Amino acid sequence: MADASPKVEINCTVNNERVTLHAYPMARLLDVLREELRLTGTKEGCGEGECGACSVLIDGVLVNSCLIPVLQIEGTEIKTIEGIASGDQLHAVQQAFISCGGAQCGICTPGMVIAAVNLLERTPNPSQAEIRTGLAGNLCRCTGYIKIFEAVVQACQSVEAKS
Amino acid sequence: MQLVGQPVPRKEGRDKVTGQSRYIDDLHFPEMLYGATVRSAVARGRIKNISFEGDVPWDEFVVVTAKDIPGENCVALILMDQPFLAGEFVNHPEEPVLLLAHPDKYLLEEARRHVRVEIEPLPAIFSLKDSVNQKEIIWGEDNVFKSYHVEKGNVDEVWGNADFIVEGEYETGAQEQLYIENNGVIAIAAPENGVTVWGSMQCPYYVHKALVKLFNLPEDKIRVVQVETGGGFGGKEEYPSMIAGHAALLAWKSGRPVKIVYDRAEDMSATTKRHPSWTKHRTAVTREGKLLGMEIDFVVDGGAYATLSAVVLSRGTIHAAGPYFCPNVRIKSRAVATNMPPHGAFRGFGAPQSIFALERHLNKVAQKIGFSPEEFRRRNFIHEGETTATNQVIHEKVDMEGLLSRAFELTDYEAKQKRFAESNQNSRQKKGIGFATFMHGAGFTGSGEKYLESVVGAEATSEGRVRILAASTEIGQGTNTVFAQIAAEALKLDYDSIEIAKPDTGNVPNSGPTVASRTTMIVGKLVESAVLGLKQTLIISGLLKENYTPEDFQEACRRYIGQHGALKSFSKYKAPPGINWDDEKYEGDAYGAFAWAVYVAEVTVDMVTYEARVDDFVALQEVGRVIHPVLAAGQIEGGVAQGIGYTLFEKVVWQDGRMINNQMTNYIMPTAADIPPIRVFFEENPYTFGPSGAKGIGELPMDGPAPAILNAIENATGISINHIPLMPESLIEVLGGERG
Repeated sequence: MADASPKVEINCTVNNERVTLHAYPMARLLDVLREELRLTGTKEGCGEGECGACSVLIDGVLVNSCLIPVLQIEGTEIKTIEGIASGDQLHAVQQAFISCGGAQCGICTPGMVIAAVNLLERTPNPSQAEIRTGLAGNLCRCTGYIKIFEAVVQACQSVEAKS
Repeated sequence: MQLVGQPVPRKEGRDKVTGQSRYIDDLHFPEMLYGATVRSAVARGRIKNISFEGDVPWDEFVVVTAKDIPGENCVALILMDQPFLAGEFVNHPEEPVLLLAHPDKYLLEEARRHVRVEIEPLPAIFSLKDSVNQKEIIWGEDNVFKSYHVEKGNVDEVWGNADFIVEGEYETGAQEQLYIENNGVIAIAAPENGVTVWGSMQCPYYVHKALVKLFNLPEDKIRVVQVETGGGFGGKEEYPSMIAGHAALLAWKSGRPVKIVYDRAEDMSATTKRHPSWTKHRTAVTREGKLLGMEIDFVVDGGAYATLSAVVLSRGTIHAAGPYFCPNVRIKSRAVATNMPPHGAFRGFGAPQSIFALERHLNKVAQKIGFSPEEFRRRNFIHEGETTATNQVIHEKVDMEGLLSRAFELTDYEAKQKRFAESNQNSRQKKGIGFATFMHGAGFTGSGEKYLESVVGAEATSEGRVRILAASTEIGQGTNTVFAQIAAEALKLDYDSIEIAKPDTGNVPNSGPTVASRTTMIVGKLVESAVLGLKQTLIISGLLKENYTPEDFQEACRRYIGQHGALKSFSKYKAPPGINWDDEKYEGDAYGAFAWAVYVAEVTVDMVTYEARVDDFVALQEVGRVIHPVLAAGQIEGGVAQGIGYTLFEKVVWQDGRMINNQMTNYIMPTAADIPPIRVFFEENPYTFGPSGAKGIGELPMDGPAPAILNAIENATGISINHIPLMPESLIEVLGGERG
């Protein structure tokens, strides 16, 4: 049962805000984000690290938050889908998902957007093969991925055009 | 401004990309309990005893069994055979027996594992063929939920005159819808106020109907609200009635809100999947390659209860003879019972199964008579004025030959076929190319739309905005966007001035279920006529002239509402003229319109690893007018990807009626790395009775990939494989056997 060990205090940064959490050490980061912090943009699809709907960034690394015991996030910087846009200004990836039709039902979209943002941070001009590999940990049942690939390409172009 | 045909931004796009959209599991009600389902562990048997064991504080739990049901213990659908909770007998290994609720979801799971249901087993049936052979009678008198008989011409007379008679057998497996959001609902219920359910679903009025019966309450005491839904594909057509009933029963008994959200394992094992199928073909052809007669025997496995199997069977039956003209056709079909969880709706709804069989079989026939697959089909394609298997006269211009030629150009088909034949000789990588030609009827089958009598409403606000009132749900396909385009175009208003009301049975009329590729074509047409009703009212009342600006419209609305109160308009479905269907003979106009398509797949088969991979896919279709090019292409690409999964990736492994690979770890759907380029092309031939000329497209792309891919694999390897899913292990069996 969850209350076998006592709750612990954990300090970290979530979307640029410092937070102190009280949680069971083995609680999943996914549940802590959704239930303690009410950041429900991070979704649960499978609970076993296969679908990527729960993707977040920990210190810039893409992870499945359903597989992370909350104890591991002490002192880290976490970014969720709620922290991707700057105020009203959408991230280039988000804008491209809208214009290319990269989101259909939307349930994989937060994780997919996070994965795409992370891909472009690591690889600013990815090839088609790099896009496919970079997003292979995020399942989408609606789009067949084609419009998502188009969105990533469009996001690159709009970032380039600005810089 | 012209809106139809433009890629306007998706209505709920911004909320979806920022994580602001609220799905059912994102909602939390004060005092809410979590609910869980205790299921049978036995495929068929009699419940002897239920005991509550372990170190669990049982007095804290709300417990519901069949005895607590206030109304009828059956999920209202076509036949009333499926209980919400098993009373005395269980008929499949995931059958719900008992419900639990508690504020702590971790303790709830612990408790669920400590409810012991003792069941005395009865003999069970786990395969379609055992059911057909009546190894055991488990449902009715003969295990048959439903059968159809289509008869055209005189099939019995053709066999003597045929130059060739070709027979074949074809099988398809189950497939999980695998929407990324699992089934979930929240219910509140009390005897004095009635029942309200929020949930992830396709058909709010199906859930409404089921709850009316379950609680024996008047219709206005039941309210069902769809919340943002993370994919359906048919998987949330019927099952939400079950889970909604469960949550509502727990809420009724506890007096508190109850949330049930399945985890992936429960969703995969307990909810519906695509019907497995078994098809036998016997075909008579002339030396000149003309079809003389077709005899088709089509069987689907319905699982333990009737659910929607009769309707799935119907669509599969009607599509079984494809887009060809054949003077003599007999199709006999059956949906049979097994002791597996009920199979249900999944995009294509029976048609992918029977089209797989046909499009594989026609390649066999072509080979037998010495024609290429394309030449044989060219000699038999249906044309305007000719009749389908159900004797429906085609009244639209059909150009399957033209589609086939264009698809071949787009894929460089003939040159590739030659090139592959040469390069395959000395390579372990065998490449091939293949195609399928098919049609898909849009809307409910036969008299279905007439019986449904769907209604759509439109209301104007005093600011001159127009709100669409419909129960049709946005489940990712773009309903909200397409309805807004149709309405704005009809009224010559801005896209942004159209709102879509949330599907809430307390507020919107019943526009029918969100299924059968009917939302754009059928409901979209009602949207168009409902909003035109608003305009008509304003013109008749003298507040608006025929040639108006958006500002004039706003002003007219403001004045009308000031003078008369609410401005609303409703539109009810009326069948287009000349549609006749005979339910007895199963004959006549099965669908108002068909979409027509040619899909081409290019594959590589590795003769050492036995992997088959799709390298390129072209989907060419005629779907009437395309309302939104990006959404339409998105529908086709997504459907093709699901079709590729159906063919090469997705195998449900059964053990005594239970899915044992009920995880994303071992039931594999295609990832971004697996999908080939999917190139989508449309031919536009406006359909007179669709909104702005549109026909339905949602299910169409599910039909073509499986036969196109296996036809390509046959082209690559010379081996004819007639079952899906085709996993490397079954390729080893087939190819290994060939090598001796």
